[in-house]
Amino acid sequence: MENKSRKWLLIGIPYLWLFLFFLVPFIIVLKIALSDIAISIPPYTPQLDLFAGLGAIGDFFSKLDFENFKWLIDDTLYINSYLSSLKIASISTFLALCIGFPFAYGMAKAPESWRPLLLMLVILPFWTSFLIRVYAWIGILKTEGLLNQFLLWTGIINDPLVILNTNIAVYIGIVYSYLPFMILPIYSTLEKMDDSLIEAAVDLGCTKISAFWAVTVPLALPGIIAGCFLVFIPAVGEFVIPDLLGGSQTLMIGKTLWSEFFNNRDWPVASAVAIVLLLLLVVPIVLFQKMIERQQEAEAR
Amino acid sequence: MSTKGPSRNSKPVESKVLPWLKPDAVPIVEFKNVTKRFGDFTAVDNLSLKVYPGEFFALLGPSGCGKSTLLRMLAGFETPTSGTILLDGKDLADTPPNLRPVNMMFQSYALFPHLTVAQNIAFGLKRSNLEKGVIEERTEEMLRLVKMQDFANRKPHQMSGGQRQRVALARSLAKNPKLLLLDEPLGALDAKLRESTQFELVNIQEKLGTSFIIVTHDQEEAMTVSTRIGVMNMGVLAQVDTPADLYENPKSKFVADFIGDVNMIEGSISKLHAKTKDEFIEFTTDTGSKLLARCEFDCKVGDKASLAIRPEKISISKKRDPKAENQVSGKVDDIAYIGNLSTYYVRLENGAIIKAQEANRRRISNREITWEDDVWLSWTPGGGVILAQ
Repeated sequence: MENKSRKWLLIGIPYLWLFLFFLVPFIIVLKIALSDIAISIPPYTPQLDLFAGLGAIGDFFSKLDFENFKWLIDDTLYINSYLSSLKIASISTFLALCIGFPFAYGMAKAPESWRPLLLMLVILPFWTSFLIRVYAWIGILKTEGLLNQFLLWTGIINDPLVILNTNIAVYIGIVYSYLPFMILPIYSTLEKMDDSLIEAAVDLGCTKISAFWAVTVPLALPGIIAGCFLVFIPAVGEFVIPDLLGGSQTLMIGKTLWSEFFNNRDWPVASAVAIVLLLLLVVPIVLFQKMIERQQEAEAR
Repeated sequence: MSTKGPSRNSKPVESKVLPWLKPDAVPIVEFKNVTKRFGDFTAVDNLSLKVYPGEFFALLGPSGCGKSTLLRMLAGFETPTSGTILLDGKDLADTPPNLRPVNMMFQSYALFPHLTVAQNIAFGLKRSNLEKGVIEERTEEMLRLVKMQDFANRKPHQMSGGQRQRVALARSLAKNPKLLLLDEPLGALDAKLRESTQFELVNIQEKLGTSFIIVTHDQEEAMTVSTRIGVMNMGVLAQVDTPADLYENPKSKFVADFIGDVNMIEGSISKLHAKTKDEFIEFTTDTGSKLLARCEFDCKVGDKASLAIRPEKISISKKRDPKAENQVSGKVDDIAYIGNLSTYYVRLENGAIIKAQEANRRRISNREITWEDDVWLSWTPGGGVILAQ
């Protein structure tokens, strides 16, 4: 009996955690999203007063509506922000994959004694604050920044490039910031791979390149997919990078959300934006989960 | 040396011609003065070897002797530092591994985990411009060959070690290579399965007629499957011979010691022709006993030498045999009972231990020799062989 209750306690802790720190905040945000903007503190109405009697509570629920969600559809700003975010996140993920895979491959093929060092070098940037690292890019990318100075000095260009405050700077920032999340899962799948598999493929008639596509890539696929999700999901909602490195034309949902909250003080619309963003991201997350489950099932069989 | 199953060269090979004895036989593989160095380490040292079509050739040696390097050079994964490797008379130096008509079965099997059994077997076929129907037919044929038809759609991780081994064999044979290389193919199997698989491997090899070169450190395995064995040590071939010749006529102390169990008696050559039997040489042990044995090298009277005698060739008795040509006496120091056989460790007067092995034809309770008994060990002059120091 005591054993059983202890088991429930153990299972209960993560559920309690999720309930308190995910579900409750989510319901609060959802509630705000269904409210109307008001000039008050907090800046929305209606407000729930649990002690005002049943009638007041019923009254409260009758005042909630989906107006804000309708607004998100009516005003193209939001749809454009979402689409632009998805586009920037997709392109960044692809770029991170193109850069991260060779990184991971090189690390996995490096002598075994080097690997811990290489792994640490990949993780090393995390020792500095994310914000500071993104800030540092301003110094590199601005018109009179390090990159332009260097390129002018080498004579490759005659006029400084305008990179900062464009989407290119956003891509650079996202790819730079999230590259470790691409490298690490790919590295872990490649590192486990038996070198004799490639030898076997070559022995059976593959060239080095066709062996790479026929054996290495399919075996690294779980790592590639994990890496892509780990980059894509946070990149969609990214706020700091577009805000610091992007320009006025850089449209990302994180930035839109920020300006709704703090510039417009329109909490209900901002909450609706957040809810839709969450739902958008739930789709790839669920797909990712399904894929992992299927893989584990296949392995367990 | 336990005697499991008939040694292979007793039956099928004697009915064939022994190609390595024919001066005009054309080898399928020829190593000519091949050397391979890894930095300061010489893995293969100026090695020459010919392997003939249809052979099941075993490279046997302790780990690090260079046998795997030899195989990997043949497959094309390593390039010789110097020397040439010929396949069917053609120099392989400029042929990359994917274009060599040689396939390899890997020690780890190296099955592609993301592909099914059938896809694994078809992998090489798909890369050789064959029609789809032909590929399917050949895959089916290979599945039948290794009796894995029912497992065509399984993934490697859904099979046992023995099943994976069969799939790996089928995959490496699918392209019908001129030569199949097997790198410790049975190393991952348990003893019982290994034994039955050895015979299966021989049957498949005989059925297909493909030349096989197997690398192994297991001498029993090498003796069971192969037509000839090349014993390697420190990058050189110590001896290349049929299993029986290797066992009965070792040419060096290393080979005698590496293949099976052996007693080494130290002494010197005292007479080149024994009185009674002309072909034998008289050998005087360091303690003064005179023994007769064969000699495989060009020896002179007074040469220091070792007499190698296999434990199972020594008979043990409580009584002195007046007719025996080779006889020494001692006391039973220890007895190792392994069921079918018993090994008696007999201490001679000078303290040396000689092992004598007897089949346990009687039940153990009826055994007449026991610990601390004074015994006589005897063997025929043909049983031992004198080897250079």
